[in-house]
Formats: sequence, C-alpha cells, structure tokens
Amino acid sequence: MDAVVRERTLRAALVGNPNCGKTALFNQLTGSRQKVANYAGVTVERKEGRLTTASGLAVRLLDLPGAYSLNATSPDEAVTRDVCAGRYRGEAAPDLLICVLDATNLRLHLRFALDVRQLGRPMIVVINMIDAARQQGLEIDIARLQADLGVPVVTAIAVRRGGASEVFAALDRPLPPPPPVLPPDADFHAVVRKLLQDAVSRPAVASEAFEEKLDRWVLHPVWGMAILIALMFLMFQAVFSWAQPLMDGVQAIVDQFGELVRGVLPDGVLQGLLVDGVIAGAGTVVVFLPQILILFLWILTLEESGYLPRAAFLLDRLMASAGLSGRSFIPLLSSFACAVPGIMATRTIQNPRDRLVTILIAPLMTCSARLPIYTLLIAAFIPRKTVWGVFNLQGVVLFALYIAGIVSAMVVARILKRGERASEHPLLLELPAYRAPGLRDLALGLWQRASTFLSRVGTIIVTLSVLLWALSSFPAAPAGAAGPAIDYSLAGHIGRWMLPIFAPIGFNWQICVALIPGLAAREVAVSALATVYAVGASEADAAAQLTPLLSAQWSIGTALSLLAWYVFAPQCFSTLAVIRRETGTWKVVIIAAAYLFGLAYAASFITWHVALALGGGPS
Amino acid sequence: MRLNDLSRGASAIIDHIEDREPGDPVALRLRELGFVPGEPVRVVAVAPFGGDPLAVKIGFTRFALRRAEAARVLLRDAA
Repeated sequence: MDAVVRERTLRAALVGNPNCGKTALFNQLTGSRQKVANYAGVTVERKEGRLTTASGLAVRLLDLPGAYSLNATSPDEAVTRDVCAGRYRGEAAPDLLICVLDATNLRLHLRFALDVRQLGRPMIVVINMIDAARQQGLEIDIARLQADLGVPVVTAIAVRRGGASEVFAALDRPLPPPPPVLPPDADFHAVVRKLLQDAVSRPAVASEAFEEKLDRWVLHPVWGMAILIALMFLMFQAVFSWAQPLMDGVQAIVDQFGELVRGVLPDGVLQGLLVDGVIAGAGTVVVFLPQILILFLWILTLEESGYLPRAAFLLDRLMASAGLSGRSFIPLLSSFACAVPGIMATRTIQNPRDRLVTILIAPLMTCSARLPIYTLLIAAFIPRKTVWGVFNLQGVVLFALYIAGIVSAMVVARILKRGERASEHPLLLELPAYRAPGLRDLALGLWQRASTFLSRVGTIIVTLSVLLWALSSFPAAPAGAAGPAIDYSLAGHIGRWMLPIFAPIGFNWQICVALIPGLAAREVAVSALATVYAVGASEADAAAQLTPLLSAQWSIGTALSLLAWYVFAPQCFSTLAVIRRETGTWKVVIIAAAYLFGLAYAASFITWHVALALGGGPS
Repeated sequence: MRLNDLSRGASAIIDHIEDREPGDPVALRLRELGFVPGEPVRVVAVAPFGGDPLAVKIGFTRFALRRAEAARVLLRDAA
C-alpha cells in the first residue's frame, strides 16, 4: 500500500547535532540545486534542495539547523523542533526525517536520534563519517543497531564523492513505518549505553591521541594564543599579497574591455555611458573579487576545520572583559567577510542583551566590502616597502585598520554593557573533532559568495554607477567653459553643497559625491570615485588608473581621514536592513546608524587634524 | 568536589548535576550533552587570561564550559 499512497514528491528533512556533517551530506545529495532563504517570520536560514533518486522519485530536501536536543534553547533549535514535529506554520510536515549521526561521536548523537524518534514519525538514521570511525578502529554493527533502534540505518561518507549512495538507495525504498517510542520518563542515556554496548566495539584508539596532542597546542594558554594571532595575521597578509597577481589580471581584462568598447563605439553619450559609467564603475569593484574570495576561503576553511570554536574558547575571557561571551566571536569573525551573515549568526547567542550588543558592534568588524576602499587608498598612499625585515608596510597598515575596528568594538561593547547586573552567560560550546575541509563544500561555499558578490555588482553597483555618471555628466558644461565638465554638473553642485559638512574632516567635493552612492554599499564608493574622476579627467587621463590619479590629487591627510571614516561609517543598506529584521525594531537601526556616523566623523576629524599638525595636509 | 575544582589533565567520575534554580536550563542542557552520573570526565585545557573557561572531555566529545557552568557538575570522591 505504501507504494500507492506515496506522493510524487517526497518531502524529507535532514536533522542532526551540530558538527555531524549534515551540511556536507546535504551538498552531496543535492549538488548545487539549493535554495537559501529564511523561515517565515524568523531569520533562521532555510536551505532547501532537490534531488532525484535512481528510480525517478523527486525529493525536496530540507537542511534543518543543527540541534543538540528538541528542548530548544535557541531560535535555531526551536525551528528544528517545530518543523520536525510538523508544527511550523507555513511549513508542511516532512514525510521522512533523515537523522544524521557522526560515527565517531555516537554517544552524544544517538541521544539526539532517540529524541527525534520520540516524535514517532517515519525516519531513517544515517551514520556519517563511517570512514573516520573505521580509522579509529570502531566497528559498528549496522544490522544490530537497526534492529535495536527499530528504524532503517545506513552509512555515509558525506565528504567523499559517491559517499551518499546508501542514502539515495534508502530514499528509494518505501517509507518506513513510524518507529517505536520510549516511555517519556525513560533514561535516554541508559538506552544509548545499551545500544553502544550491543552494536559498537571499541578497541584502544590511536587517532584520538593525535587530536589530543593537537589540542594541547591549540588550546594552550600561550601557544594557542600565538597560533591564533599568527593565523589571523597570515590571513590578512594573504588577502593583501596573494590576491595581487589575480587582481592585476582582472584589472588588465577590464581595461582592455573598456578600450575595446571605446574603439568600437563612436564618441558620444552612449560611449561615455558604457565606458565611464558601466565599465569603469563595475570594473573597479570586480577587481576585488580575488581578495574577497581569498578572505572567504580562509573563513570557510577555519569554520570547516573545527578551529573556530577553539578560537572562541581562547578568547572567551577577553570577550567577557567586553561583557560578551566566546559565542560572540563566531558572528564577529563572520562579520569580517560581511556583517549580514555575521548579524544573522548572532541568533546562536541565547542571552538577548549579548545578542543585541553583538549586533551593534558587528558593523565595526572590517567587512570585505571595505577592502576595495582600503586597498585603493593604501596602494595610492602607503609606500610598498618592507618593515621589520619581513612585513609589507601595506599589509601592516591594513592589519592596523582591522585592529582599530576590533578595539573600538570592544570599547563600545564595554560601554553598552556597563551597569548591567552581573548575570550568568552560558558558554557550553562543543569543540568538535578536527576535520580536513571537503573541497566540494569549500568550492560550493565560495561559489555562493562569488555569485552573491557578482550579482550585487550587476545590479546595485551598475545601477548606481550609471546614475552617478548621469548626475556628473548633465547638465553639460557651457560652450567655452574652462574647468572640467563635472564642475558644472548636478553632482558637482551636490558635492559642493555637502562640502561645508565634510571639509572640516579633510574631504574634497569629489569624495562627498562618492559618499552618496556609497551609502547603499561601501564598495560602490570606489566605483563612484572612478566615475567622478573618469568624467572629470581629460581624455588622456581617463585611461590611466585611479591609483596614481588619487595619489597626485589628494593629500595623505585626506586619504588617512577617509580610511578612518570607513572604519566606522555604517554605509551599507543591507546591514541596516538585516539589523531591522533581526531585532524587529527601527529603534536599534537608528541607534546603530547614529553612533556609527558619530564615531566616523569624530575619527576622521581627529585623523585629519593630527595629519595637518604633522604636515600631512595639502601642499 | 566539583568539576571546576579539577586541575588540567585530571579526570573524575560524575556524581550528579546540581540545579541552581528549579528547571535550571544550563543544568538541563548539561545533562542532555551527556553529563550524567557515572560518566568519566577530564579537563583537557584551561583558557588563558585567568583559566576560565575550561575545556573538558566527556565520552568522545569536548566542550568548553565556564567555571560557573562546571560548578554545577558534582564529582564522585576518588575511590
């Protein structure tokens, strides 16, 4: 009867403890056919993918957030609990629950499987990372486990190609009957112990000793901190120096493309629009793709390898001195890539006040969108020389800018948490086993980031570039006018109108113009500068790159002041929008924007005046 | 003796978990994570800057716990 009633599309959901390799399995099962969105009403990420089994059955697979228990203690776990039980509004109950367990951590993960089994819904159990278990000499009697649990059990190696074949096969079989359920007062741990005794043989283990040795260094109070600092420093040096050849390559392609278009099209408005507006605008931002990808590669690798929670462990005390917990470290580190996923990651912080403070300081972490600005200004104004024997001065300045963001975040957090009654902040963080990150998962993660970045370039950045080009080209200069055309344009007028506000911090009117579209997204300011200067320059200069142009026209004081501005300024609509969504109130958005703009103005003001005093003003 | 009294590298057997308040959520979560009577537990590392939090190993899993959380775990006297 099963085969007849079965619908044409099967709805299945993956559940499991954090770190059970659930997402790798999801990637393996669905490939790139994934849709990432949010659950209705909350900002918990909802990942759904599609797959087709050998017999042609279509499956819609939901990747539920990781949970330790169905007694939810965070919004993530609440979503998992409600979707599994078929109680989530707007979310059809899954036909089949696929409970994923880490073969090397069965004691913890089987308990959660029992939790899920208590729901009494059709389920299968996937013992993942079976290869790692075998390496450790663990023998798991799958048939026995299946008999004891009363649900189908299959194995998988989610990080290996073809490692999910048993799961595919299991999906093709008729839905299993609802599983047996324990009395509610049963001792789950005792049941787990019995299961392990029956089905798992565990000889003396060797590879665990390796993990322990590694942890002795990584978690060491002195060496662990040294490793952490070295990793962070290496990351920033890599972002700055490894990306350079790639960026030069992209720049060359963009330039050639611009020249090509300029050659093909007749002089006039259309040529100006395409070359100075679209290509110059989008091109200057696309150049930063290699840097952003390298940064994401580092963060994804740290995340996948299991290192991040250890960094959280090392830094917990430091974070506590700012009134936060080590849990805030992960959202804050993600904010170095982008504050939007960082702010979304704060939902794993149970304490509401900690969460709010983490959201407010997340924009101070230097996100990848600031990199284009930093890179441009550093390349134009900071000499490329070696300091202290090994470091590139440009890399050191970049590192200092990151540190400036972090230190101010700590100070702001401290101030926001002042006067709070000392209450308990649970940490309770799992330090998962170390794993070599799966190439497929890294590639998929990078691809998702790259396509998000490029689609932003394609939409927001091109639109704003064109708009800005129009503003700076019209009205055209009167016949016989002396100065460059942009002086007579609308943008020129707006820039000069804003100048009295920004002159005290050393900005010129071109920067003021670039700040307006830069409000939507920081990296747009670079393309806006490119557009403003491309239009303002004579034909011959327009071909030259922005870097020498800026170093010729700006004083170092202006450049440093703009760098200081960008450490703080909340110039990103997406960040403000996600703060609104996460906190559900405009009040927090207004507070965040106001305090960040205030800090930005103050920092730039101080930087400019210090630079002036030291002789770094206009010559 | 409590888990937070254990020094680095030392192990002990869990006696029980103490609720700080009725329905203490931290205690409940500790139990769910496998901190149950009779389980051996070992302190594998203590953090810099004052030795808080602790990294403990229970079963096959390592957890970072703050001292206040570890203080809920009572240990059996060494036999």
